[in-house]
Amino acid sequence: MPNISADKTSLRQKGGSLNRTRFVPYLFVAPFVIFFLLVYLYPLIMTVIMSFQKIDGPNHHEFIGVKNYLKLNTRDFQMALQTSGRYAFWDVIVLTIFPLLVACVLHSGLAKGTSFFKSLFFIPSLTSIIVAGIVFRLAFGTLETATVNRVMTALGLQPVKWLSYAGPGNFVLILLTLWRWNGVNIVYYLSGLQSIPADHYEAAQIDGANAFQKFFHVTLPGIRPVLIYVITITVLGGFSMFTESVALWQQNNAGGVGRTIVGYMYMVGFKKNNLGLASAVGLVLLALVVAVNLIQLFLMGFFRKED
Amino acid sequence: MKKLLAVVLTLSLMLCAFGALAEGEPIHLTLWTFQELHTELYKTMLDKWNAEPGKPALDIDFQVFPYEDMHNKLTIALQSGEGAPDLVDIEINMFANYLKGDIGLAPMNEYVEPIADHLVMSRLNNYAKDGKYYGIDHHIGATVMFYNTSILEAAGVDYTAIKTWDDFHEAGKTVLEKTGKPMIVWESADCWSVYPMVNQHGGDWLTPDGQVRMDEPVVINTLAFMKSMLDDGTAIPCPGGWTHTEEYWGWMNGGNCAAVCMPFWYLDRFTNYMPDLAGQMKIAAMPEWSDGGHKSAQMGGTGTAVVASSANADIAKEFLAYACLSFDGCVTTWKICGFDPILKDVYGSEEMKAPNKFFEYYDQDIFSVLSEVLDDIPDTCISEYFPSATDIVKTQMAYRLVELREDPEQIARDCAEELRSLID
Repeated sequence: MPNISADKTSLRQKGGSLNRTRFVPYLFVAPFVIFFLLVYLYPLIMTVIMSFQKIDGPNHHEFIGVKNYLKLNTRDFQMALQTSGRYAFWDVIVLTIFPLLVACVLHSGLAKGTSFFKSLFFIPSLTSIIVAGIVFRLAFGTLETATVNRVMTALGLQPVKWLSYAGPGNFVLILLTLWRWNGVNIVYYLSGLQSIPADHYEAAQIDGANAFQKFFHVTLPGIRPVLIYVITITVLGGFSMFTESVALWQQNNAGGVGRTIVGYMYMVGFKKNNLGLASAVGLVLLALVVAVNLIQLFLMGFFRKED
Repeated sequence: MKKLLAVVLTLSLMLCAFGALAEGEPIHLTLWTFQELHTELYKTMLDKWNAEPGKPALDIDFQVFPYEDMHNKLTIALQSGEGAPDLVDIEINMFANYLKGDIGLAPMNEYVEPIADHLVMSRLNNYAKDGKYYGIDHHIGATVMFYNTSILEAAGVDYTAIKTWDDFHEAGKTVLEKTGKPMIVWESADCWSVYPMVNQHGGDWLTPDGQVRMDEPVVINTLAFMKSMLDDGTAIPCPGGWTHTEEYWGWMNGGNCAAVCMPFWYLDRFTNYMPDLAGQMKIAAMPEWSDGGHKSAQMGGTGTAVVASSANADIAKEFLAYACLSFDGCVTTWKICGFDPILKDVYGSEEMKAPNKFFEYYDQDIFSVLSEVLDDIPDTCISEYFPSATDIVKTQMAYRLVELREDPEQIARDCAEELRSLID
């Protein structure tokens, strides 16, 4: 008898742990799944549906086929595409290379006071982008008496109407983004650099590699996963940028200089109350970002099998 | 069970007692606005309302939001059918958005129609659809000229002698030659230069049935005139892009430009942001076009509306009419906001002549200027696609004219084509 009861207990325990093993993983992923379904998938499906509709108030949803997509063939939307494309291109170049160089200098130990500089570079990312945008907007004002134009004049250069034209406007936007996000990317790169074993550099040294060879053949391959991550989020951030341009240009976007695709979507959806067209803009943006990201990941060998 | 019943009964009795008490409580309303100045008007009128015997006591919660936020919140509240306030200030460029499909606003006809002859109805037509008036404006927004007499005197120009835009241009050449300063600025990032000029000239962006008018000769001619002033330096692009920037105010306040053409409500921008020009600025009627057109143009505005789904819509409508359509309300509007009220009866009344900061700043009979033009202000066509038209003017027409100096005819054609492509 005692044996039978012991068997029962062990069975019960076995069954309990079996149930637990089956149940617990679902429990752990449940918050993500619920969040994903409610906050990502449902809105995505609704956006697809709405992009084929004309929406006039809560009870007026009329299917209009691809009319919303055809309406994107406007100068305004093309300007928004150009602005976002131009910004994303320079954003990726500047925000990938500059923080990498700074991180390498900070990591190499060549410079003194590295902790101080790490904090200095990181502090702007803690500030409000709206406040920073207002400071930048006033500093890069159109008048000759604006701060930056005074510096330009003192250097013997012509004053520039910074925010009035696409080229200089994009420059200010990139400068603002670099100032703000440089520190964050430095932190990513530093974590990557610290994971490269020192003996790799020693081996390169013994083989007679110079500093550039070490950088291209040891450092870059060593931080490849971090590099892929940084470029991916920078592409994403570049195309979905909105706040920085609003902070610099406010609601006015003369010549579309500061109106990005998200800015265009916001304007169409809320200022023109055309949620159907705004949904179509959103989906075009999604397709664009996915395509660019896939190409970039493919080029960087993300899908290649590790040797 | 008995105990439970006793508790329920006691609670019900208490609720009834509170209900009886609540009858003496004021009716609670919520009002959203993006313009803090308006709340001063409403608060003053609310105090007067509550002091009047026979009026039900009101308690209004004034919620001030940034411009964009408030309109976004309203769009979402009306789209979803939940969370809207009882009363709301809607900016004129956004109003057409709320007149689509099932209109979520309550018509004010019962208050407007009996006094229609006394009101500047062209203002209320901006907020109307199918004969129903959904918004009450606070002002006419007649566009006038603000002249800096110090600069004009230094150049030997008498602003009262400027009768046409050609005179204005000639005066500009003299001012530029004698003082090196421009006569006027044109906005490159907003519509407050292009639209009043086109509208006064007899043009508009749309017809009431949605036909595009942007490429009509009147628009092209107006743009060509503006460009001619830019070409010889008598007009320059507005510092900061438009006349509501810190850059422009600081620059204008420094006495760097002889004039600005803006609606009457710009009165308080001078008193608030350009105090150094006190006593130097004078208001005059817009110069007229030699080939026709009108004396002025009505620009900007806010249609205050009652949300139809409000539980207290009737009382909200009564208060709105009291605050914005009554004689007292309109006089208070002038006193507090410096606006040109929409009730014609107030002009010439003693109440409007009482000294205030505006009379002190401009030191002239402001209303004589206004009465000159009141009889000839054209309607503006605020239809469903007006927000799209305004956006095209802001982002393309004004910018390409003022910053890029492109061919007016080409600009007008491109903008018209863009607007047509957005219309169903």
